[in-house]
Amino acid sequence: MPVKLETNGSKLTALLSGDLDHYTVSDIRTEIDRMVRGAPIDQLILDFANVSFMDSSGVGLVLGRYKLINEMGGRCIVANPPNYIAKVMKLSGIGKLCRIIYTSNAVKTNESDGGVKL
Amino acid sequence: MRRCINEMKTSFLAIGENEAFSRACASSFISQLDPFVSELAELKTAVSEAVTNCIVHAYRGRSDGIIYMSIKLFSDRRVYIKIRDKGCGIVDIEQAMQPLFTTAPEEERAGLGFAVMESFTDRVRVKSSPSKGTTLVMEKTLQEKTEDGSFKAKGNISDESRTKSGSGSPMCEPI
Repeated sequence: MPVKLETNGSKLTALLSGDLDHYTVSDIRTEIDRMVRGAPIDQLILDFANVSFMDSSGVGLVLGRYKLINEMGGRCIVANPPNYIAKVMKLSGIGKLCRIIYTSNAVKTNESDGGVKL
Repeated sequence: MRRCINEMKTSFLAIGENEAFSRACASSFISQLDPFVSELAELKTAVSEAVTNCIVHAYRGRSDGIIYMSIKLFSDRRVYIKIRDKGCGIVDIEQAMQPLFTTAPEEERAGLGFAVMESFTDRVRVKSSPSKGTTLVMEKTLQEKTEDGSFKAKGNISDESRTKSGSGSPMCEPI
């Protein structure tokens, strides 16, 4: 599954992975929405650290989840988008709706991965 | 003098499964020009947007549509990508190319397809006739690489590991 969901109290983290295109986002959308609707969630974190590809379908995914969680009075956070994904997000103005954060964990993963490859 | 050094043509069914195929195919062919990983990521994204448009809009509600993709590589590092469909066509191209305009909001289409294609390539041209189909052409000239290859190798390896690990860039900063 291209999404792994983890809840911590009222916080839901969706760890996305692989390619996010029009074809793959529909399953991810269903999974996340089922979880958000089924539990008292007030913070949704969409973690892009392991996303290998994303086109504007990913923007649709973020905007749709933002709308849903916003209606429920919660907030949506985008975490760890790789550079070119951040570029697509910048184009869309998502930064005005969702906070974009980089967690130290993701940076650590990058460094260790880089080390192994080199 | 600029000349075409390689060319490919393919066609495939307009179904979601082929979004990944089309960009992998384009990426593999364009790799011959030894692009930077960031350039390849941008071209893959642009191809994905174009092919998604054919599936979601041109052949909406159909699974028998065919998408035609051809790519030409030029000696001056220019990449020419043509993506064509025989679908419903676009009535108002100018409107369709406006950022945030979409005719499929129920599918959470952000209306950013053309904006992404325009920002990730040098030039996008669209020709369309309603009920006959749409032809989209994108062109991008890839960056020259340094002769000694030092910067090239460094850039490639770090970019490569970043892409393959699928993680964010270590240098990433909040935007």
